[in-house]
Amino acid sequence: MSTQTFHHALKIQEDICIGCSHCMNVCPTGALRVMGGKAKLSAERCVDCGECYRVCPVGAITVEQDDFSRVFDFKHSVVLIPEILFGQFPEDVDRNLIKDSLEQIGFSEVVEIEHAAAILKDTTRDYLHRSEQERPLISAFCPAVVRLIQVKFPALVDHVILQKPPLDITAMYYRKKLEDDGIHPDDIGIFYVTQCAAKIAAIKSPVGETHSYIDGVINLDYLYNKVYSTIKTKKEPIGEVRDETDEELSPEGVLWSLTHGEADQNEGRCLAIDGIHNVIEFLEKVENEEMSSVDFLELRACDESCAGGILNPANRFLTVERLRNRSREQEKLVQQGRPVSTGITGYRQYLVENLSLKPVAPRSIMKLDEDMTRALKKMRRMKDLMNTLPGVDCGVCGAPSCSDLAEDIVNNKANLRDCIFIQRNYEKKNLQRPDESFDIMRRIWGDKKLKGDS
Amino acid sequence: MTMEFDYDINGGDFSRAGFASSHLKKILKQVNIDPKLIKKIVIALYEAEVNIVAHAYEGHIHVIIEPEAIRIEVKDRGPGIEDIDQAMEDGYSTASEEVREMGFGAGMGLSNIRNNADDLEINSTVNEGTELVIVKKLH
Repeated sequence: MSTQTFHHALKIQEDICIGCSHCMNVCPTGALRVMGGKAKLSAERCVDCGECYRVCPVGAITVEQDDFSRVFDFKHSVVLIPEILFGQFPEDVDRNLIKDSLEQIGFSEVVEIEHAAAILKDTTRDYLHRSEQERPLISAFCPAVVRLIQVKFPALVDHVILQKPPLDITAMYYRKKLEDDGIHPDDIGIFYVTQCAAKIAAIKSPVGETHSYIDGVINLDYLYNKVYSTIKTKKEPIGEVRDETDEELSPEGVLWSLTHGEADQNEGRCLAIDGIHNVIEFLEKVENEEMSSVDFLELRACDESCAGGILNPANRFLTVERLRNRSREQEKLVQQGRPVSTGITGYRQYLVENLSLKPVAPRSIMKLDEDMTRALKKMRRMKDLMNTLPGVDCGVCGAPSCSDLAEDIVNNKANLRDCIFIQRNYEKKNLQRPDESFDIMRRIWGDKKLKGDS
Repeated sequence: MTMEFDYDINGGDFSRAGFASSHLKKILKQVNIDPKLIKKIVIALYEAEVNIVAHAYEGHIHVIIEPEAIRIEVKDRGPGIEDIDQAMEDGYSTASEEVREMGFGAGMGLSNIRNNADDLEINSTVNEGTELVIVKKLH
């Protein structure tokens, strides 16, 4: 048995949680249960997709981040920003103003992550040509998808493209560049602004990498507030255009984190799928080999890809529109002969040499037991239990469905009497007293919910 | 210790082709069978499902899971196979134009089943139906 623990950026604040079970009912990997009136998260099953965060009515699910003051610990504090950040602001907020504000709040350098597209565009095409891995090849861009494949689709781990995502590549590039400029490695701090929990988890316990190149993570909503208040208190009129000396991002770089951002750059039959439930449905088909001749899959856990990240304050569709407009502007610049992403392409060879990920290991959450004979016994018992349980998936037992309860029972994590229908049945047959049923409900849902009027 | 599962398949119901293989796949993951073996079993079963849907009027699939092997018994009522050896050849198909337009009937069905199974037994009577027994050893 593996004793490895997995880092999760999503945390349940028990003092805030009201045990409403909304999160439990939307979790795509069945990682949540209610016990003692609080939601409990299973570290093995969670893939940090953030569906629970979206539905929590009281904000009890939080996304951890590093202390912002760490930014001041380094002589060179580099902030890696996703293009999505610019897409959060209305059109009248100039992007140079946003960059200026980032410098004002403490960063010495601002680098756009999607410059990595200049490297990945070519290496991915090459990879598709020469890789002998089974088709379709699946992009490792979205860390929630990589984890989903590990836990729910272990047979597909060999389909994952073993190339680092843009964030790591840009981090590698900029660290190397500063070191080449003569800056001591200890003086370099690289910070990442994230729109989701999965990327934080990937940085804190990377899959297929020995270490991360990132020193700290800052949540996008937190930074958005800091930037916006800096802009609002500025004397200069909003929209003032500074002389643009920074290097330009390519039109495809701007779109990289949106749906089709990767798929449209590759040759062959390439599909883009967003939304974790759509991704699961599609991976089922891939696993059955129901489709042939698909070369490349871009799979993103969030609806509208990173524009739909859980930490984004702006509406995802407006963000997509802003990025598309921006991409068209960049297209014009390219047509005028303006070079793009020149800094990172100077490091192409170094980056290509350090681009590989180690194979992704499966860690199935599906198996009932390591031993097949025992697993078969449990399976048989589950089948019997399913005939006894009501099949209404009411969640009153603290598990999301009757089959989840049956699975918990065969794994000694729950009792048949946790089911309210079974309780009624036992009471009628005088096998259980009402106060015993009451105690069971109290154990699952806590004292508060069972107070009643008296 | 064995487990058995049954599936009824209707001829012509392409929208449901894949239901049995998806269901069995989940079960095989739960009993901790090697993902690579699961894949082979699921592909063989899916092809068998599609064969019933594309060629027969109706069919029944009976799956037996044992610690040593998975046994899949497929029985359909349909036109039967005239020449089994020919039907086993890659690319040989009697599927109608209509079926091919739907992306099925490439003539790889039976050979795909054979390639993914350890043992395949076929019995067929023309104008009555076809029976397959597919065995995949687990060790």
